[in-house]
Amino acid sequence: MSVAIRIRHAFPGFSLDVDFEVGAGITALFGPSGAGKSTIANAVAGLFKPDRGRIEVNGRTVFDTAANVFVPGRRRRTGYVFQDARLFPHMSVETNLRFGWRRHEPRAGEAEIAHIVELLGLGALMARKPAKLSGGEKNRVALARALLSSPEILILDEPLAALDSARKREILPYLERLRDEARIPMLYVSHAVEEVARLADRLIVLKNGRVAAQGAVFDLMSALEFSEITGSAPYGSVIGTTVAAHNDEDGLTMLGFDGGALAVTRLPQALGARLRVRIQAEDVMLAREEPTAISANNVLVTRIAAIRLDRESHADIQLDCGGTKLLARITQASLKRLALAPGAEVFAIVKSVTVDQPSASRD
Amino acid sequence: MSLLEPAETEALLLSLKVSATAVSCALPLAVATAVAMSRRTFPGRPLVDGLIHLPLVLPPVVMGYLLLVVLGTRAPVGGWLLAHLGIRFAFSWTGAALASGIITFPFQVRAIRLALDSVDAGLSQAAETLGAGPLDRFFNLTLPLALPGVVAGAITAFAASLGEFGAIITFVSNIPGETRTLPLAIYSALQAPGGEAAAARLCAIAIVLALAGVTLAELADRRLRAALGR
Repeated sequence: MSVAIRIRHAFPGFSLDVDFEVGAGITALFGPSGAGKSTIANAVAGLFKPDRGRIEVNGRTVFDTAANVFVPGRRRRTGYVFQDARLFPHMSVETNLRFGWRRHEPRAGEAEIAHIVELLGLGALMARKPAKLSGGEKNRVALARALLSSPEILILDEPLAALDSARKREILPYLERLRDEARIPMLYVSHAVEEVARLADRLIVLKNGRVAAQGAVFDLMSALEFSEITGSAPYGSVIGTTVAAHNDEDGLTMLGFDGGALAVTRLPQALGARLRVRIQAEDVMLAREEPTAISANNVLVTRIAAIRLDRESHADIQLDCGGTKLLARITQASLKRLALAPGAEVFAIVKSVTVDQPSASRD
Repeated sequence: MSLLEPAETEALLLSLKVSATAVSCALPLAVATAVAMSRRTFPGRPLVDGLIHLPLVLPPVVMGYLLLVVLGTRAPVGGWLLAHLGIRFAFSWTGAALASGIITFPFQVRAIRLALDSVDAGLSQAAETLGAGPLDRFFNLTLPLALPGVVAGAITAFAASLGEFGAIITFVSNIPGETRTLPLAIYSALQAPGGEAAAARLCAIAIVLALAGVTLAELADRRLRAALGR
């Protein structure tokens, strides 16, 4: 299951030249507006014909200028979720859901329809017209409609951009469940670093129509170059963990990862469950000596891997914790005072850990 | 209908028949024309656009005269139609319908084109990714969503057609029971001595019809928009 994308196109004043692959799980196409994200998404879906290139979906060539191949959008089996949902206003939710389903063989069975309706919480909405839905509900219907067309690739173009933060929180758990359940490649177009950190398995960072960086989200987010490429403050690190132990006495759960463990407030997940945690760079303090009398639960022994100074007063520090990379953002004054240098052993005091729980946070 | 003289009832029914025929025959053609004009650019498009809109700016009498020249029983096309197919437009109610249809054609095309253009192209893209081909998208998406405009265009054209005078009297003359529609009947009543009362009654009917048309258009538009979920 993979999609190979190679596109070249010249627009007036802007050119696109990219070459990358999308595998199973969520690949985020990340970058500022105007970087060419939606153009790539449209080219994959067959809604846009680039000057040159080749696109292959699961071994099937759907676009190849060298061989003069252009499979029209309707035969590409792309599940496309648009930012503005694009539900058909004259049809009920159910008719919308079955629009793509009806036009694709082999069709999903009724049991699978019921499953997707349940997965996205649409049972009570089936008879409604799109005008009677909230923004979040519209997006869920659009997602279900795309899934029911038995797609070979799912494209999500800024599916959360038009929503307020409450609606975003409503949709995100569904997307996480989908990522963990669906086996098809998903291309997630976004300019929001937090969404990407929460959802993506892999990242393709686009800048001015070129791939500026790509890699696993765990590696790329903790790379110091990431903020350089994106031109923003570093977000922090994303770490894959498993539930290692529950301590009911203290109301804590231990999450294990390569090189250490994090204590968080008691979680409902069973032992061994895989969870993604995010630690923002600003939430990590550094100490040269082991802090003893301290309220923070999480103090990790780490080694400084790299340091990067920004033009203002910040120093971004990449820490190595038994193979797992962490990011800390301190001031350059602190850096000087502590005399930190690559290779030095430091204690990382983690003030806050965000745990993403796909199924538990579903209400 | 006891309020009306038989001849007046005849004129009213004839008017309705002529307008209904004119609008319903022109409608599919107007939809096709609107589609061609709204999505495509082709060589000679400004000329086609001009031709479609010609009846709006040309005096109806000129339109009627042109029809007579082309479709009169002794004219080349009209003569051929009569000899080979037995179709006669001149001095017949079908000719009145043809003249009305041509005159009101621009109204329909304009309304339908506006409605088609107002349908979000993004919906069509969404339908394409869901496996719908061009015709599928047109009949299941674009046309239903443009329906309020299509209906509004048809009703406007119907109302305008009821008032057509110049082209009809020029092309098919003023024959009672055959081509004497409401406006022609009003004109004839005013020409006859003591016909003022008849003319007034016919005018009242024309006003009622116009009001009914406008109300119907509004009602249909609201109903349709509700059905289309707007």
